[in-house]
Amino acid sequence: MSRPLVELAGVSKRFGGATALAEVDLTILTGEVHCLVGENGAGKSTLGKVVAGVHRADEGILRLRGEQVTFRSPRDSIAAGIAFIAQELAIVPDRSVLDNVFLGREGSALSVVRRRAQLAEYAALAARTGFDVDPLARAGSLRLAEQQKVEIMRALARDAELIIMDEPTASLGGAEADQLLRIIEDLRAEGRTVVFVTHFLADALAVADRVTVLKDGRLVRTSPAAGETPDSLVTSMLGRSLGSMFPDARVDGPSDGDAVLQVRALSRPGEFAGVDLEVRPGEIVGIAGLVGSGRTELVETLVGLRRPSGGSVRVARTNGPFRSPRHAQRAGLVMVPESRKDHGLVLGRTVRENVTLPHLDQVSRLSFVSRARQTAVLETLLPEVGLDPRRIDSPVGELSGGNQQKVMFARWLFERPALLIADEPTRGVDVGARAGLYALLRKVADEGSGVLFVSSDNEEVIGLADRVLVMRAGRVAGELTGEVTEDDVLRLMFADETREEIA
Amino acid sequence: MSTLGAQRSHIKLARDYGVLLSAVGLFVVLAVASAPFRTATNQLNLLDQWSTIGIIACGSTLCIVAGGFDLSVDAIFALSGVIAAWTTVHLGSPVLGLLLGMASGLVLGLFNGVLVTIGRINPFVATIASSVVFLGIAQLITQGSVIAVDDTAFSELGLKRFGDLTLPALAFVVFAVLSAVVLARTVVGRKLYAVGGNYEAARYSGIAVDRVQIFAYAVSGLSASIAGVLAASRNSSGQADLRTELAFQAITAVVIGGVSIYGGEGTIPRALVGVLILALIGNGFNLLAVDPAYQQVLLGTIIVLAVAVDAWARRTQR
Ligand SMILES: Nc1ncnc2c1ncn2[C@@H]1O[C@H](COP(=O)(O)OP(=O)(O)OP(=O)(O)O)[C@@H](O)[C@H]1O
Ligand SMILES: [Mg+2]
Repeated sequence: MSRPLVELAGVSKRFGGATALAEVDLTILTGEVHCLVGENGAGKSTLGKVVAGVHRADEGILRLRGEQVTFRSPRDSIAAGIAFIAQELAIVPDRSVLDNVFLGREGSALSVVRRRAQLAEYAALAARTGFDVDPLARAGSLRLAEQQKVEIMRALARDAELIIMDEPTASLGGAEADQLLRIIEDLRAEGRTVVFVTHFLADALAVADRVTVLKDGRLVRTSPAAGETPDSLVTSMLGRSLGSMFPDARVDGPSDGDAVLQVRALSRPGEFAGVDLEVRPGEIVGIAGLVGSGRTELVETLVGLRRPSGGSVRVARTNGPFRSPRHAQRAGLVMVPESRKDHGLVLGRTVRENVTLPHLDQVSRLSFVSRARQTAVLETLLPEVGLDPRRIDSPVGELSGGNQQKVMFARWLFERPALLIADEPTRGVDVGARAGLYALLRKVADEGSGVLFVSSDNEEVIGLADRVLVMRAGRVAGELTGEVTEDDVLRLMFADETREEIA
Repeated sequence: MSTLGAQRSHIKLARDYGVLLSAVGLFVVLAVASAPFRTATNQLNLLDQWSTIGIIACGSTLCIVAGGFDLSVDAIFALSGVIAAWTTVHLGSPVLGLLLGMASGLVLGLFNGVLVTIGRINPFVATIASSVVFLGIAQLITQGSVIAVDDTAFSELGLKRFGDLTLPALAFVVFAVLSAVVLARTVVGRKLYAVGGNYEAARYSGIAVDRVQIFAYAVSGLSASIAGVLAASRNSSGQADLRTELAFQAITAVVIGGVSIYGGEGTIPRALVGVLILALIGNGFNLLAVDPAYQQVLLGTIIVLAVAVDAWARRTQR
């Protein structure tokens, strides 16, 4: 067996009153791929952050190559050969991709940054990873998936011995996620050690040598991946087995009432063109497509964040296009955006404030916000989305990633919308909670709203949607109903390429 | 999830209590060390003297919470006083003069807000530039000299007393209470926090982000003009070249009190504790006859500390 690289002994970490890690003993072996799985809030990110020197353990010992170490900051851990890719990305938005990749590696303060050498090294990195990101682009202008790639390249550029990745595939599309899994295998072949946090259990089992399950801050067990199945992991993560992931489709099919959303020939130059789209009450429509196929741009246009150049939008009885999210909301159209950190949450404010932000008129009297009214609504709303109502006054920044996503759903289900749009609804949400969110979306639809969601997880699109639209290069490439298979979706996603193969 | 409930980070708790304790500590030290400090007259005088900065600090707090920054309060302070004096002298109506003077701050603040939001100009640049413009206008009106007002109705205002309180002191108390209530309890207050805390998230939530920020600048302008008019009344004159350091002092107080300069956080009571600390340091150094140079050094140190603690508390929040 190989030697231990990192050992945690009796590590505990508390935040205020909440225990994030409780007496965790964990050994990470040199050269292994070690996956951490667990529910939202189980302590996976905290564990990664303790090893990366972001947080300091309250109790317990951290050993690196057999020697006890204390990391006072990420700087110390980087110096010790550890790279950490955080769940909430840490991009410097105003610098170029190149600068971001080589951040912290510019050499001594006096040496001139050698741009040409960096560009060459960048090209090598890009070739090695197969990531195609313009090195001179402003990092902040990139979409989330691209930013994720920049973070991964940064970790690789540091030539670290141990790389900790916290949900690196959450924002990547299927093909890119597969690429990342290959990169992880390459890293292992080079003798590096990888700690990999993910909610995609199949991914975990595909690449991991060993898997550790965390629950409520405690380590349930560490075992060889070969002996586990997704079901066995779910059972120890949740403490119960999970029935089926997806709720049953509505028996009587969507009602044939008037469409809640009717889009005709909607276009925006360079983003999407000639999009026709309809959602009926009670119906869940999923949009699949490659990252960059114009899906996010389309839904952002629907809610009034972007102006279409042509086409019509009609929501329930109101004609759009809408000038702002406020106008869309008035018509009954709301959206859970793709990036909850950038576009969703005010991290420093409480759950209460974040949820009621777009509904202040309903929870106030004469312009005075009524806590009692807020509490009354949230006490039933929070459990409905799977949040503990005792969290009502926690700052959202202190919630785990998955629970933050639930806050976003609570916000937009405060009032039942005519149409709920969700862009990547389950990003970073654990399996148990994901099943909960699917059930919730189905319930919302059954109560008469329409649901439109964008997802890069084809299994999710197929499992949840009554009808699937596939977008390719800004156009609706096709619509699928009935028994949809992953193959059908992929064929439409890559239609051009397959046609070339046939020819 | 184990014990839940209030879970603010230790640093933030330490900061909140630290600031409060320093204020109380200073107060006790001064009370023990200096007999004149203990007198009610001294305390009331302090309240009166610091009313100008206090009022402006409240306006600045709203602006900073909303993610803005207003460096033009000095200019608005001067210009509103000039407008009040000019109107009183040339139109013969002190009431109109005082009202116009106060209203001017609202308008000038709106102007700042429009520059920053619709004009998309960086708040520092925008409000420094508008300062230059405002002071220029004040110069034009006064033609380089002082507009003396020989009207008792005009001058009485600044000297009026309500019981033990002077009118400026009373105005400070009222303005502080009002802005505290607006920030902590109203719909607009919630929006100010959201816009300052995460501008994009507020926009995606359907908040009229520009309107909210313009409101914040308007309040900041109004606070400066209320203070400016009261000062003009007390001086019986309006003048363009009042060399004050109101923006600096008000922002110092706000920051010392623990209002985050990055926006989205902070309360009026905190800003007021900041004003109190400034006042106690100034008063204490005077009463104990310490070289004012030390006062500068101490103040600078405190500001750096306050900002550092703020940045620190933010980092651990992630
Ligand atoms: N900075 C913080 N301040 C307060 N509490 C925190 C902080 N970071 C994490 N916590 C709490 O610690 C617990 C563990 O959080 P952690 O982020 O490690 O979970 P996770 O397993 O990564 O979850 P997810 O899958 O949702 O990302 C949660 O209850 C969370 O609310
Ligand atoms: Mg996490």
